[in-house]
Amino acid sequence: MKKIGVFICHCGINIAGTVDVKAVSRETGEMEDVVHSEDYIYMCSDPGQLLIHNAIREKGLDGVVVACCSPTMHEATFRKAVESEGLNPYVCEIANIREQCSWVHQGDKERATSKAGEIIRSVLEKLRQNEALETLTMPLTKRALVIGGGIAGITASIDLADSGYEVILVERQPSIGGRLDQLSLTFPHLDDARCILGPKKAEIANNPKIRVMPYCEVEEVKGFIGNFDVRIRRKPTYVDWDKCTACGVCLEKCPVESLSDFERGLTTRKAIYTGALSENSGKPVIDPIHCRHLVDGTCTICQEVCPEGAIRYDQGEELLEERVGAIVVATGYDLFPMEKIGEYGYGRIPDVIDGLAFERMLSPSGPTGGEIRRPSDGRIPREVVFIQCVASRDPERYMPYCSRVCCMYTAKQAKLLKQKIPNSQPYIFFMDVRTDSKGYEEFLQGAIEEEELIYLRGRVARVFQEGDKVRVWGEDTLTNRKVELDADMVVLATAVVPSEGIKDIAARLRATADKHGFLTEAHIKLYPVESPTKGIFLAGCGQGPKDITDTVAQASATASKIQSLFSQDALLQDPLVAFVDPEICSGCGICVQVCPYEAREMDEYRGISKVHEALCQGCGACIAACPNNACELRNSKAVQVFGMMETFAEGAEGSLADG
Amino acid sequence: MEEFEPRIIAFLCHWCTYTGADLAGTTRQQYPPNIRIIHMMCSGAVDTIYILKALIDGADGVLIGGCHPGDCHYQTGNYKARRRVGILKEIFHQVGFTEDRIWLRWISASEGKLFADTVTQMVEELKKMGPNPMKKLWLA
Ligand SMILES: Cc1cc2nc3c(=O)[nH]c(=O)nc-3n(C[C@H](O)[C@H](O)[C@H](O)COP(=O)(O)OP(=O)(O)OC[C@H]3O[C@@H](n4cnc5c(N)ncnc54)[C@H](O)[C@@H]3O)c2cc1C
Ligand code: SF4
Ligand code: SF4
Ligand code: FES
Repeated sequence: MKKIGVFICHCGINIAGTVDVKAVSRETGEMEDVVHSEDYIYMCSDPGQLLIHNAIREKGLDGVVVACCSPTMHEATFRKAVESEGLNPYVCEIANIREQCSWVHQGDKERATSKAGEIIRSVLEKLRQNEALETLTMPLTKRALVIGGGIAGITASIDLADSGYEVILVERQPSIGGRLDQLSLTFPHLDDARCILGPKKAEIANNPKIRVMPYCEVEEVKGFIGNFDVRIRRKPTYVDWDKCTACGVCLEKCPVESLSDFERGLTTRKAIYTGALSENSGKPVIDPIHCRHLVDGTCTICQEVCPEGAIRYDQGEELLEERVGAIVVATGYDLFPMEKIGEYGYGRIPDVIDGLAFERMLSPSGPTGGEIRRPSDGRIPREVVFIQCVASRDPERYMPYCSRVCCMYTAKQAKLLKQKIPNSQPYIFFMDVRTDSKGYEEFLQGAIEEEELIYLRGRVARVFQEGDKVRVWGEDTLTNRKVELDADMVVLATAVVPSEGIKDIAARLRATADKHGFLTEAHIKLYPVESPTKGIFLAGCGQGPKDITDTVAQASATASKIQSLFSQDALLQDPLVAFVDPEICSGCGICVQVCPYEAREMDEYRGISKVHEALCQGCGACIAACPNNACELRNSKAVQVFGMMETFAEGAEGSLADG
Repeated sequence: MEEFEPRIIAFLCHWCTYTGADLAGTTRQQYPPNIRIIHMMCSGAVDTIYILKALIDGADGVLIGGCHPGDCHYQTGNYKARRRVGILKEIFHQVGFTEDRIWLRWISASEGKLFADTVTQMVEELKKMGPNPMKKLWLA
């Protein structure tokens, strides 16, 4: 750059009251390559900006420094001004002489003035080596993939489709709905889960923009934000869904039964079954592990009874390729496998069940038709013990975190128990009761008062079978007494954990997950619904345990982030990103490891590293880590930083000489 | 003889400490004009070479400012900075230079006063230490 103009702002008296702007202007006018130097009372005003326009026109400036307030205030203003004169916006730089000079050194005008001069000189050093840069533009596929059809995935899909974008909703179960399908009434208003979910499912079915892909899984994801190439595997259902009318005859006649996952093992299902079994709605799939035909060919009953001839024992899997611009991960949760917890007898004692099983019992569509009955003998229980924080908040042995929904659903379940069986007595063992959302504390207090719930603060030490009772040994730490209860049934509020296979999904998406498998955000406060991997968004319990309200709010937030992404014509990216000098790079790969955004990758052919500009956030981590100084940030190259430092050090010489 | 006025070169991350330094200005916190600030996107982008070069070029102290742990805009840049500065200080210690000329501080965008106080304090400490001998040693 040979023709640089420097413009020094007085900012009224904000700068000029402390810094001798005239002196600084004279000094900068003497600096190398500076062909124009002037000061003005308000540079950001129209007449101020006009000075820049005129100087560019009259003197043919090829670089501009404005010495004024912080770049966070007016960098954009002055870059725009420069751009309108046909210069590249990146040849304009700001020298911060207000926030970081005049305002903080009001008592020392002399030194503030020489500091301001040095700041301008250092910015000149940087500017000399700036490149003219263009905003990066990349094509954008305005279609989203949503993984997981729980309430999170459903909400995000509907929001996106309503704003006109196509959505592919992939669900690995035979039907969408997720855990909400298993719940009974929901806290805090006790509305039926079906009444929340039903209309949403109908909306999905009637929305032509949403393509639901049940019984499918995401196999492979390539590409980047704006253009991901996704391979989706449709698992064989062994039923031709185009022909099937969901009449349910096959389900009736199939002779093979196994425990139903959906009903949490409270009842059985057939080898041919539908997603939400109890409803007999939706189209069925055949479970290849239990189906006699698929195991050893000894049965063809469903094929015989199907009036539509829809059974296809030889159906194979299908692979589909789709291109999408953004991906929502809404894979939800499982409950901590209770078999792994020795002390509560789950799996060994039939009358010890988990929270979801109890939801099924409470649900009118559940295996007991909404009646609460002991799994062992079908008797109606009287004394029911609820244990909270099972495997949650237990850093030594299980999960250190709070599962967030258990306090509330336990209160809800105990209340519903009392309403269904008025002479029953619920006992609740707890550590703390956390009711941190709107209406939750009121719900809890109401339940305790109206239903006479007994809350016992303390951990349960042992649960064991004695006769037809389940004996519970615990303690009440508030009264410091041992508690022994003979219960008819025990309900465990077990930890919420990420869905099985989350780590594989995360790896496929190059998204990050914490040590428990919950997906991590780009920033917990600033970018809570974005994954660090650009173009991947989060919703629901896959990101962390939460209730329905928070799940829906998060899913809508995610959808709106994608809407603003898709509202652009093309992907625009700040060009201040990393680049590699292929002559110097040794291919050590350190940069690939340090980049938090998966923006660095090895070029297998050339044996050196490259930068995916669409993903790079310009943080500079790779630059500092590169042992060969082979990569740099555009317009913040090491020589530029060195240049600035030397200016400051020369200043030091001066002051030492003075001293 | 005039009092020794130390020179500080500061590398401040865009999202926290640079903005915190701006806030010091907006709220008119006063600190001595011995500091020169270089804007970085993140404390994790501060190469050890920068720190060394600043000291060899004649700075009496180097301040690296980043977001508080857990708050880095790029997730982990400040942890990278912490490790890097830790190692550099250890090397300084081993070869007999005082590592106290290198300050790594977490100062958020809302801690303008902390920024001003930090600079004031650093200037005082450096005055006690006297001029940085590294430059002379390097040239010798
Ligand atoms: C016992 C119990 C009671 C509760 N009661 C209440 C209540 O009363 N009120 C309340 O507000 N909240 C309640 N909750 C919490 C509530 O269940 C959740 O907030 C909500 O269901 C979360 O929805 P989701 O979409 O994030 O996850 P999920 O409902 O788990 O949905 C995730 C979906 O993704 C699918 N999936 C997973 N992995 C993949 C994959 N790899 N590929 C494709 N699909 C995949 C799953 O099959 C599932 O359909 C309760 C929770 C429990 C455990
Ligand atoms: S760290 Fe530097 S040398 Fe190593 S691969 Fe990356 S760019 Fe190349
Ligand atoms: S500057 Fe940051 S985001 Fe860009 S490639 Fe380097 S480490 Fe990754
Ligand atoms: S952005 Fe402030 S330390 Fe990384």
